[in-house]
Amino acid sequence: MEASLADLARLPVLLLAQADPPRHAWLDVRTGVLLAVVLGLLGIAYGAGEYLRRLPESSVNPGMVRAFSLRVRAWWMMCAILTAAFLFQGPTATVVLFGLVSFWALREFITLTPTRMGDHRALFWVFFLFTPLQYVLVGLGIEYYGLYSIVVPVYGFLFIPARVALAGDYKRFLERTAKIQAGLLVCVYSLSYAPALLYLELQTAAGPWRGTNPGLLFFFILLVQLNDVLQYLWGKLLGKRVIAPAISASKTWEGFCGGVLSTTLLGTVLWWVTPFTPWQAAIMALIIAIMGSAGSMTMSAIKRDRGVKDYGTLVEGHAGVLDRIDSICFAAPVFFHITRYYFTDV
Amino acid sequence: MHMTVTILSFLAKLLSGATARWIDCQPDTCQRVYFANHTSHLDALVVWASLPAEVRLLTRPVAAKDYWEKGYVRRYLASVFNALLIDRKEIKVHQSPVDLMIREVGETHSLIVFPEGSRNTASEMGEFKSGLYYLGKKRPDWELVPVYIDNLNRVLPRGEFLPVPLLSCITFGPPIWLDAGEPKAEFLKRAREAVRRLKDL
Repeated sequence: MEASLADLARLPVLLLAQADPPRHAWLDVRTGVLLAVVLGLLGIAYGAGEYLRRLPESSVNPGMVRAFSLRVRAWWMMCAILTAAFLFQGPTATVVLFGLVSFWALREFITLTPTRMGDHRALFWVFFLFTPLQYVLVGLGIEYYGLYSIVVPVYGFLFIPARVALAGDYKRFLERTAKIQAGLLVCVYSLSYAPALLYLELQTAAGPWRGTNPGLLFFFILLVQLNDVLQYLWGKLLGKRVIAPAISASKTWEGFCGGVLSTTLLGTVLWWVTPFTPWQAAIMALIIAIMGSAGSMTMSAIKRDRGVKDYGTLVEGHAGVLDRIDSICFAAPVFFHITRYYFTDV
Repeated sequence: MHMTVTILSFLAKLLSGATARWIDCQPDTCQRVYFANHTSHLDALVVWASLPAEVRLLTRPVAAKDYWEKGYVRRYLASVFNALLIDRKEIKVHQSPVDLMIREVGETHSLIVFPEGSRNTASEMGEFKSGLYYLGKKRPDWELVPVYIDNLNRVLPRGEFLPVPLLSCITFGPPIWLDAGEPKAEFLKRAREAVRRLKDL
């Protein structure tokens, strides 16, 4: 069933009436095992960070320890978001939490982007209409795929320039609308495909998949995050040829290849939480790794253009949500679409 | 009342994404005049909200009567954040706003003032009005704390009533005082520079 615009009018009713879709046990043993292992590793990472922080200043680079601790903290947050899905026995809590992350990331993105007074009303609707709407539609389930896959990049993208034009300021018009559109696309639309994974009715060659969707989401987030770290580590170990020195001095071809290959390997090893066979899992992990790298490269370019190092330093004291989710934003839609196309009845 | 104050300042900080930075200056309950650049109707509310709770209760923002007495909501908000409303149209010699401010705050409270008078729309700060000079002259014991408000004009620009929740930053700088015999124009220039330099720190 494809949703139409007429369904929009019935949204509030549907939201109230909607119960979580009936499905097999929400958390299966395999996902539980993986989650426990990751939580254990995070505990160790946290301990290591704390230990390094207490060491005398001269023995380790304090900047690096700080960056490491920030990352570990972000991972705790992500685990909490995923665990919410298990605790509440349904995807709604995870969708809401991803929605909040999107909202905050968009805040950072637009704060960094110079806008003019004439963009104010358009921005208001971007924050308070399109952002919640996208997540409400995702939360209504896979029947709304037809609507939530176009509501931002078609209706939203037509609305923004029209509203800016209405405000009567034509200066750098295309540039301004493009900036708002890019923010909405990356921070909200793309990220919303991650929780949308929870609603897929997955099939394998042998019939309906017997696992649970949180496992798939977990597989995806884990690989994106590990890819970031592995690229960094391989870059430190072997890095020689920098990909684009003007954009990021720490991203090298050696780091990229090493990271992508080891992520692919890890993805293959983790095939058992997904509906994929080991080979399919390897290809999926490869795609996730490449898209994730593309995401962090793109966001680095935007940051360079605006002359900041991290979104976190933009306003002191903020954690820099966008720094942590840039690779997820780029990998989520691609992973979702490939999974939906090949592993559900469409 | 305390509850309302806490909720309101929490909401103000949440909406404006404000972070408070204290540079060479610590929060204190001693009597102070916080003087800031003026960019948005939210300025008074957000600067007040970003003070620590115990300082906030002893601080009164000076705000325009014509704006904050319009409508029930604004009147209510102004009463919660204990605004000192000044009538911009009825400024007379024997009822100068400076005397009114000094009388109203007594020996306990601090003030938040916006010496530019009205919100500036240009990116550069406007010239400071002389009120700050007279405050410094009549109460030489008060610390004059410069405050720079960044990005709040994008949260709620002039003439808009719907806010866009971006992130903003409130920077508190080292206090200044009026030097003995310092001419008015020179002091106001120095005060304006004290605010402006916080932008780059």
